[in-house]
Amino acid sequence: MTVAPPAQTANSFRNQPDERGHFGQFGGRYVAETLMPLILELEREYRRAKGDPAFQAEFDDLLEHYVGRPSPLYFAPRLTGELGGAQIWFKRDELNHTGAHKINNCIGQILLAIRMGKTRIIAETGAGQHGVATATVCARFGLPCVIFMGATDVARQAPNVFRMKLLGAEVVPVTAGAATLKDAMNEALRDWVANVHDTFYIIGTAAGPHPYPELVRDFQSVIGREAREQLLSRTGRLPDLLVAAIGGGSNAIGLFHPFLDDPGVKMLGVEAAGHGLDKEHAASLAGGRPGILHGNKTYLLQDEDGQILEGHSISAGLDYPGIGPEHAWLKETGRVEYTSVTDTEALAAFQLLCRTEGIIPALEPAHAIAALQKVAPTMDKDQIIIANLCGRGDKDIFSVAEHLGVTL
Amino acid sequence: MSRLAAAFAKGHPALVTFVTGGDPTPAATGAILDALVEGGADVIELGMPFTDPMADGPAIQLANLRSLGAGTKTADIFRIASEFRVRHPHLPLVLMGYANPMITRGAEWFAAECAQAGVDGVICVDIPPEEDPELGPALRGAGVALIRLATPTTDTARLPAVLEGSSGFLYYVSVAGITGMQQAAQASIEQAVARLKAASDIPVAVGFGVRTPEQASAIAAHADGVVVGSALVDIVARHGADAPAHIRALTSALSQAVHESRKATA
Repeated sequence: MTVAPPAQTANSFRNQPDERGHFGQFGGRYVAETLMPLILELEREYRRAKGDPAFQAEFDDLLEHYVGRPSPLYFAPRLTGELGGAQIWFKRDELNHTGAHKINNCIGQILLAIRMGKTRIIAETGAGQHGVATATVCARFGLPCVIFMGATDVARQAPNVFRMKLLGAEVVPVTAGAATLKDAMNEALRDWVANVHDTFYIIGTAAGPHPYPELVRDFQSVIGREAREQLLSRTGRLPDLLVAAIGGGSNAIGLFHPFLDDPGVKMLGVEAAGHGLDKEHAASLAGGRPGILHGNKTYLLQDEDGQILEGHSISAGLDYPGIGPEHAWLKETGRVEYTSVTDTEALAAFQLLCRTEGIIPALEPAHAIAALQKVAPTMDKDQIIIANLCGRGDKDIFSVAEHLGVTL
Repeated sequence: MSRLAAAFAKGHPALVTFVTGGDPTPAATGAILDALVEGGADVIELGMPFTDPMADGPAIQLANLRSLGAGTKTADIFRIASEFRVRHPHLPLVLMGYANPMITRGAEWFAAECAQAGVDGVICVDIPPEEDPELGPALRGAGVALIRLATPTTDTARLPAVLEGSSGFLYYVSVAGITGMQQAAQASIEQAVARLKAASDIPVAVGFGVRTPEQASAIAAHADGVVVGSALVDIVARHGADAPAHIRALTSALSQAVHESRKATA
């Protein structure tokens, strides 16, 4: 049995996007003309970096010694017993430095920024996890950092705002629109267009104009490559199912991508159904349709005129009305199955993992755990599920307490 | 000769004016457009409101929010355009906006609606030449001009791609930035216009950050047209339904400055 993923073939699910940055009808480069030359330069520089062993070596070294990779692959015996079906294993990306998978991508992108001679970093953030990870790598490399964050999110994520400031970042509250993640992304794009000469935009998820969906996926694919090697060396076999939560979809594509050409491995992406798919939610695949926003064509929550609707989820990290274009394509090809779970289900799953495994998950992977509760019992006891535990829950204890009616 | 071509063949530079459709209400937009015409505008740009106007500064962002808040639908924009065309059979009208509302019912649908409403051209902020298949073929097929943007970052190697398939006029975005903020240095505008005109026969209109008759006059001495948007939108913000008289006054001052700019510098 080989450890490396199968070689890509003409029929591979792993050779996207095409040379124009399209995943089937999705993806692309829908940006203002001012940004196009920079986007094209980024693509050229990324191609060079991808083929440069020194770049890869520096990335690997930082992931090992700064981030703390490889993250463990952990068999969860009590959760498995409680659900009474397939074996559940967790990829423990919540143990990374800064407490989530976001740092993998930030390390890769800041190395690209430095290669391109950029001297100023900007980023958007919703819950603040990507903002903290970006502020962290900026401190590590001594670059000034500006984080755009919706004013609503600034108010409800005060600990992360303070973390970013401790790390030396400037946090700009965005009051436009609904003052959440989508508006923060608009404002970051406005800053970028005015500062293209010296500024690099570290996008936090596998979305935005090409080549961002591709490079974020590549940097996050360390999750799936490690998981594949770890499970093979521990059990001698591949998993039957992968499960991951999806907002923009970077942790999910990072886990899924190295397995896409293993036909025996099924995959399940879990969107946020919020109050329910017939009410306010953030499930772009389940409740949206294709459109163009923030540089790419993908599934969007929108009205009949193409006006973008606000997403809603208990998890600020899933609260976005779009999804990465590769997920849109994987849904249309049928290679990955997508489902959704509600705020209430995620909250119950959050508590279940605390109780059974002594792990406090973030509300984002709590959505994946809620999906496990439904699917694991339907599978045989000798089958294996790997779920991505993409973030830890320290940031969420205040909002969980509030939802449970507890005053801290 | 098309209405757009005629607007740039009057023997003087053209004043191109922008307001957001449906701001402050769909019912109020017609009178605001009439005030632009009465003030001497040569080309009218009608903004299609969008929830996420990523290329716009605060003035036009707020105009988008006011318009959507007043319940403006895409159907209202086409109704405003059709009624304008009846009142002003000869003045070119251009829709400007973002991709998603334009393609959401299909590019063919959008192009057909434009043609039927008497819209002469379309400016789409977030469809660069690389994504032309999304909208360009449908517009060209319907006889509607696709007006592209060139910017300070559009280098000589890229310029032919920007010009390919574009018509009506070329909109030179004079600053790398968003609408309504700072103005570019006059010298850099002059150099850019010279470079663009050397590469193409289509008229070049310059916009972003142009607010006063003095600025407009200086640019018009070199360009085929000058675009003013945020300064007019600010008037709508201040005066709402009473905006037309104020719009007419600023437009008159701008059009006089633009139309006579060559005389001033001669």
